Amino acid sequence: MAIDMSPKKHSMPTQDPLVRAHNFKEVALGYSEQIAMAEAKRCLDCKNPQCVTGCPVQINIPAFIKEVANGDFEKAYQIITESSSLPAICGRVCPQESQCEGKCIRGKMPVRENAKIIGMSEPVGIGRLERFVADYHRLHAEQRPVEIKKNGHKVAIVGSGPSGLTCAGDLAKKGYDVTIYEALHLAGGVLSYGIPEFRLPKDIVQSEIEGLKELGVKVETDVVIGQTLTIDELLDDYGYEAIFVGSGAGLPKFMGIPGENAKGVYSANEFLTRINLMKAYLDDSETPIEHPKRVAVVGGGNVAMDACRSALRLGAEKVYCVYRRSMAELPARREEVEHAEEEGVDFKLLNNPIEIIEDRDGTAKSNPNYGTVKAIKCIKMELGEPDASGRRRPVPVPDSEFILDVDCVIMALGTSPNPLIKNTTPGIEVNSHGCLVVNEQTNETTKAHVYAGGDAVTGAATVILAMGAGKKAAKAIDEYITSK
Amino acid sequence: MFKILSKDALNQTVTRMNIEAPLIAKKAKAGQFIILRVDENGERIPLTVAGTDETNGTVEIIFQVVGATTEELNHKNAGDYLSDFVGPLGKPTELEGYKNVAVIGGGAGCAIALPEARALHKLGARVTSIVGFRNRDLVILEKEFLECSDQFVRMSDDGSWGEHGLVTNALEKLILSGGKFDCVIAIGPLIMMKFVCELTKKYNIKTICSMNPIMIDGTGMCGCCRVMVDGKMKFACVDGPDFDGHQIDFDSAMLRNTMYRPWEKHKYEETCNLFKKEVK
Repeated sequence: MAIDMSPKKHSMPTQDPLVRAHNFKEVALGYSEQIAMAEAKRCLDCKNPQCVTGCPVQINIPAFIKEVANGDFEKAYQIITESSSLPAICGRVCPQESQCEGKCIRGKMPVRENAKIIGMSEPVGIGRLERFVADYHRLHAEQRPVEIKKNGHKVAIVGSGPSGLTCAGDLAKKGYDVTIYEALHLAGGVLSYGIPEFRLPKDIVQSEIEGLKELGVKVETDVVIGQTLTIDELLDDYGYEAIFVGSGAGLPKFMGIPGENAKGVYSANEFLTRINLMKAYLDDSETPIEHPKRVAVVGGGNVAMDACRSALRLGAEKVYCVYRRSMAELPARREEVEHAEEEGVDFKLLNNPIEIIEDRDGTAKSNPNYGTVKAIKCIKMELGEPDASGRRRPVPVPDSEFILDVDCVIMALGTSPNPLIKNTTPGIEVNSHGCLVVNEQTNETTKAHVYAGGDAVTGAATVILAMGAGKKAAKAIDEYITSK
Repeated sequence: MFKILSKDALNQTVTRMNIEAPLIAKKAKAGQFIILRVDENGERIPLTVAGTDETNGTVEIIFQVVGATTEELNHKNAGDYLSDFVGPLGKPTELEGYKNVAVIGGGAGCAIALPEARALHKLGARVTSIVGFRNRDLVILEKEFLECSDQFVRMSDDGSWGEHGLVTNALEKLILSGGKFDCVIAIGPLIMMKFVCELTKKYNIKTICSMNPIMIDGTGMCGCCRVMVDGKMKFACVDGPDFDGHQIDFDSAMLRNTMYRPWEKHKYEETCNLFKKEVK
């Protein structure tokens, strides 16, 4: 088969930036069959494929891409699902540029013009192809009843986010009787409450969860492990032989600057939960949300991008992304940053907030805006010596304070693990960041038969790393139970 | 789905329900709360657990109709189902070790104060309950308080029930006449708790208040329920809902609670109109 040596990926069809900035529909529209087959022909099918080493769940990438090039999309899907339970999700939210695509040899080939190197070629669009394959399967595959021989062993999963869903899927396929306990009224964890509809449509998340239910996985919503039931009760009274804790890193961080308690200051978790889980952006929603006009989002991760772009979609006229380092250090997925820029988000880089200024004119009775945000005071930053993370430490520039007029501030500074499980489970240890301590080989916690993975162990990270951990734990749980 | 087993009106706007929720009934202690959704697209609202019956697996909730969601809840009847009912959330009130406690309830806050009084009574503490209402038509739970209180003081803003005056007047009178309380538990409107705390600070009596801020998930995830306590940010859902009253910044809590007031008012009117239409 002829290899397509064009230096650029086939571009992803998207909604027009000016249109999509005002709706919650998915931004990226996905490859057509023709584009997918053409993009697949850019793969060199390397003997020693580096892309696979970049994938936290080691999908056989060249093999599935070959099937896409051949037009056998269902076969491509079967290859992906040998390693990944949630391809429609990963194809959309993985940071491919630092994983599979970051390792792709095509991305390391110089592009020449008149024998002069003018840049680098783009890697194969692995993420886009993965998404295409998963979507194709969802729309075209016939539902076949799955027959799995039950092995009679019970495992409980705490939390229905990416790590829990992956662990549940892998164990169910092996015949385990798996029950997922979810604290909220809807399964999916961050996939449901955190990542917005325009980036990850919720019907895709629910269809992946339905897929797990067809494998026999039970999902119990409205149960908070640590409150409604404890880990010890699950082990001693409910007959679970092992437990996987994928309770995430839910607790939002604030900066500790004056004014953070003003009306109009949100954690990104609150802002996004109102929009995504509670559907507050819909006119008939029973959950309120403000529709701010001028918004400052503080932070530079994917959650910050989601908050910026959600604020635009609620009708904001101006959205600033205030980040204390420069674009090179900004941790969000590249595509999200590009999309945010196209949609009009104003990046205020090398700036750090030092105070949120409230309207304090008059009294609460005389002024309806009393106590609400009216501006954010920032200070300019410059990059100094590298810090512990290896990134250059931002330091304030003296006398460089300035004020941005805003009516809403959203703090997207990261999250730390929820302490509920730790506080209610004797024998479970956490590190100084509150993250559960696990054996790196098995993901078993310091309490026997209790495993953990995802953000509860690593602190806020990515969907795919959480899935990798869920997978590893599922393997270790299976090995432990079968060796009993 | 969670079944409503019984429903009765305590006054014109306050309703009591018993909900079938055996796991929560087994666990819930005084001071803890639940979050419910009336129906599938409903808002999540927190309500303090008013009582439990472990044998029958039921949880008692008492709510005042103040907005769209409580209005919808009030239209449900025994035999109907709630879409979601999750808990117990928050930490139980620490009640051990007190000998002589004043439990202060204001208005619908009495529904939250009652389980505290009951638990203290059960632990053997001397319980003085001071409850206040705007007028006699709003009085709730009088019999229940009498059952668990060694002393019961009735107050009303207009003098139509018990003594004329505020709960703080009654508390100060008791303190001045030699009542040696080792703890005061105050639950009611923020403004009432603020003034109780100002008073007890003067007399150096430890005071516990139960905060009821705006909340979504109730498990520490959204940070919406933050309260400033001793200058530090606390989340009422996981660090509370009880806090040392002398350390709470009530003024900022009162402001934050008004965040969605115009929206809530509008939604409430819309819901009421909808129900009126249905009746027609």
